Formats: sequence, C-alpha cells, structure tokens
Amino acid sequence: MSAGTPPRERRNGLAAIAWPAALGLLSGLLLLLVLLPVAGLLFTSSPGRLLRGLADPLVGPAVRLTVATTVASVVVIVACGTPLAWVLARRRHRLWRVLETVIELPVVLPPAVAGVALLLAFGRRGLLGPTLGALGIGLPFSTAAVVLAQSFVAAPFYVQAAIAAFRRLDADLVLVARTLGASWPRVFFTVALPLSWPALAGGAALSWARALGEFGATLMFAGNLGGRTQTLPLAIYTALESDLQTAQSLSIILVVVAFALLVAIRAGVRR
Amino acid sequence: MNRRLEIDVHGRAGALTVDVAFSADAGPTLLVGPNGAGKTSTLMMILGVLTPERGRVGLGDRVLFDGGAGVDVPLERRRIGFVPQRYALFPHLDVVGNVAYGVAGSRAERERAARDTLAELDAAALAKRRPQELSGGEMQRVALARALAGRPHALLMDEPLAALDVTVRADVRRALAQRVRAAMMTTVIVTHDLEDAQAFEGPIVVIEAGAVVQTGRLADLTARPQTEFVRRFVRGRSP
Repeated sequence: MSAGTPPRERRNGLAAIAWPAALGLLSGLLLLLVLLPVAGLLFTSSPGRLLRGLADPLVGPAVRLTVATTVASVVVIVACGTPLAWVLARRRHRLWRVLETVIELPVVLPPAVAGVALLLAFGRRGLLGPTLGALGIGLPFSTAAVVLAQSFVAAPFYVQAAIAAFRRLDADLVLVARTLGASWPRVFFTVALPLSWPALAGGAALSWARALGEFGATLMFAGNLGGRTQTLPLAIYTALESDLQTAQSLSIILVVVAFALLVAIRAGVRR
Repeated sequence: MNRRLEIDVHGRAGALTVDVAFSADAGPTLLVGPNGAGKTSTLMMILGVLTPERGRVGLGDRVLFDGGAGVDVPLERRRIGFVPQRYALFPHLDVVGNVAYGVAGSRAERERAARDTLAELDAAALAKRRPQELSGGEMQRVALARALAGRPHALLMDEPLAALDVTVRADVRRALAQRVRAAMMTTVIVTHDLEDAQAFEGPIVVIEAGAVVQTGRLADLTARPQTEFVRRFVRGRSP
C-alpha cells in the first residue's frame, strides 16, 4: 500500500444484504421449529373438543397421580438436595468436585439409560433388589418408583441451582455470624437460607418442570399402569393410540403449566 | 476491664508463612504493613478461621489456641468481635436485627441490648433502616455496634475506613478513634494509613512478609524506622 493513499473503502453490496438475510432465515427456521408444533397443539382443535378430550377416563387419575408424584419428588429433592448443595458448595477438594459432576449426570443421561440404571439398582435383580425383597418392598412398577425416577432425573436441576446460590453467599457474612457466636446450623438457617431462597425456589421450580415431563425412565422403571404409575406424559402416550383428542387436551395442560413455570422462574431470576 | 490479647502464631496462609508475635492491651493497637504482608491472615488466626501450625493465642485469662496443649476454641466461642473491611451487614435484617444477632437472651432482651448499643454509638435513629439505605459511615457504625452488642472480650477491625469515601473518611475516623479509645476494649485495627495511626494513637505493630519487623508508638517509628516500609509509612507514603 502506498503511503498517503487512504485505504479504499470496500462496499460489498452482496455482504450487506446476505448477512441480515442469513441471520433472519436461520433464526426464523429455528423459531418456526419451536412455534409451529405449539401452534399445532393450540389451534387445531376447538374449546369444546378439547374439553371433551378431558372427559376420557385416563385423565382424572393421571392428573392426580402427576400432582402427587411430582410434589413428592420436589419435596424429596429439596429436603435432601439442600443439605447436599450446602456441603458441596463449601468444599474445595477435588473429590467433592467429582461428586458434583456425578450429581449432574442425569441431566445428560438418556432417559432410557436412566430407566435401565434404576432397574439395575432397585429392581428385583438389581443391587438393592435382594435387600428390598427381604424387607417385602417391591419398588418397580409402583408409585414410589415413579417418584424415584422423577427425583433421579430432576434432582440435578435443583442441586446445581442451590450450589450456585450458596457459593454466591458473601463469605464475610458467614464469618461475621460465626464471630457473633452463631453455630453452623444457625448460620445456615438465619443467614444462608434467607439470602438464598429466591434461587432455591427457582431451582425447585425447574426441578418440578423436569419431573412433570418425566417419561422414559418412568416408563421403563415404573411402567404404565393407570392410577398407579401412569403420569400425564404416559397418559398422553397411551391416549395417542386411541384418541388423539385426549392426547392433545392433556398436552395443552402440560404446555400451559410448563410455560407458566418458565415465566415464574424467569421473573424470579430477574428479582 | 483490661483483657490482654497475646498472640504468638506460626502457620501457613496460602503461599505466605505467618510467624507473628505481639500483644495488645485495652485500647487500640494498630496492625500495619504492606499489602500481602499477612495482616488479615493474622486476624484470621486470632479469630480462629485459620488454624496456626503452632503457637498460642491468649485473651485475658482464657487460652483460645495452644498448639502444644491441643487447645483450639472454635470461632463461635472465642468472643472476639469482628468488623470486616466492607462491614458485611446482613442485608435481609434491619439495623436492630443486625446488631441483635450476636446477643443472647429473649427477643425483647436482644432488641433492648441492640438499641442500647446503637444509642451509645449515636446510631439510635438508624434502628429500623435497612443496610442498603445506609451511608458508608453509618454502615461502619452499625457494624461496630453489632460487634460490640454481644459484649466481646476483644475487637478486630480490618481496614475499617478503607471502604469509605475520602470526603467523609476524616470525620468517621475521628469518631471511630474516639469510640475505640472510650470503650477501653482490646482492639486490633488493621490499616496501612498513617492518618489512622495518628488518630488512634495506639501502639503500632508492623508486619512485613509474615513477620513482625517493628513495634512501638508512632513517635518511636518516626524517630527510628527499622525498614524501608516503616520509613515511608511514617512519611505518609505507604501504598
């Protein structure tokens, strides 16, 4: 380049159009992929037919069972996950980090694998099978198995959120509380929990949403027994074979609940 | 009541080896030194957050740590008040709730003790405020009240003026120095500011690279500075 000549400004007309066009086209494709099925669910039926779909005898027991099992799962996850997260958040040793990764595993595990894993742990021939059998407990194909499957897949979402919340706690607050005579339980209940609960609630909501959608592991480990293990996702699967309308009505319920949860979680995050 | 704080600790704090011995009587004692010299680590060993490998920490007639005898009183039973650099007020409690946190007794007793302590520090008007609504100087007073309300046997302050705006620092410093002297409580104050040393008028312990290099009054340090840091510190040019 010769000195004194300003660099020639290159006007590339094609790039000026191609870039926004590519952005728009590719983003639009993905948006369509998400929005079209939702639109299909919502707009291919009429309110009357949707209500009729809910009259199917599958629906009542599935709704009740889903509410009961997901609430039980979230209670189990919060009750056991909060102490676990508190411990993991405060340990720096590498072994604890490994444990933290292991807890995450169900997030990336295919649900079918989760189902097989649960059977091999709690099934009749599983690791704990003989022990449970001797106690007269048969977990597979019971409502308890549904809760177990849901807790297995949904726990990491809560534990991860809780670990992050506890790590965000200002260490000086904990230190000062201790110098003021507070025991560890008091620090936990009067400092850590009050300052972390919005994040814990968000994690619990996320867990609940995941438990609500649990299908694969439940099907393999708990089966698809009406009133006992047939939660909403399984009822949708069953209804699909006979009555698309019922499947659609149930799906809409789940979409609405899931969307409401998502909005609530996002509102919580912004707070 | 004079509760003498006697410190003789040896231990590791991260990459630094701390080997510090000094004692502090009622009133302010200043712990001075460059950044990374081990001032805060020393405080943590006195508080019981960091465990020395060996040595002894005594407060009045109590032994808080004795490596040889296997004594290590847990942090929450040492009764040493602590005011951290950024005050660390509990954001979910109001001022009274913060100050009452370390007070034992019934709810009414705790609240009364908190209000009394706030009144002693001319902070009674802040009682129902939230920490987020306080100025830096007010936060410092509340943090001090919180540390004192539980009747500690000694008080540690980690750079209590560093978080303040320079425009208010001089006033807050004067008031704090007056209070600390009036309280006649054994108080160790970490600082690297000459003006703090001038205002608190207490004995000074200089720490460099994890060890005490000089102790004495400001006048002694000024007359006979033993290290380059002390020479610069007494001229008001420490970092």
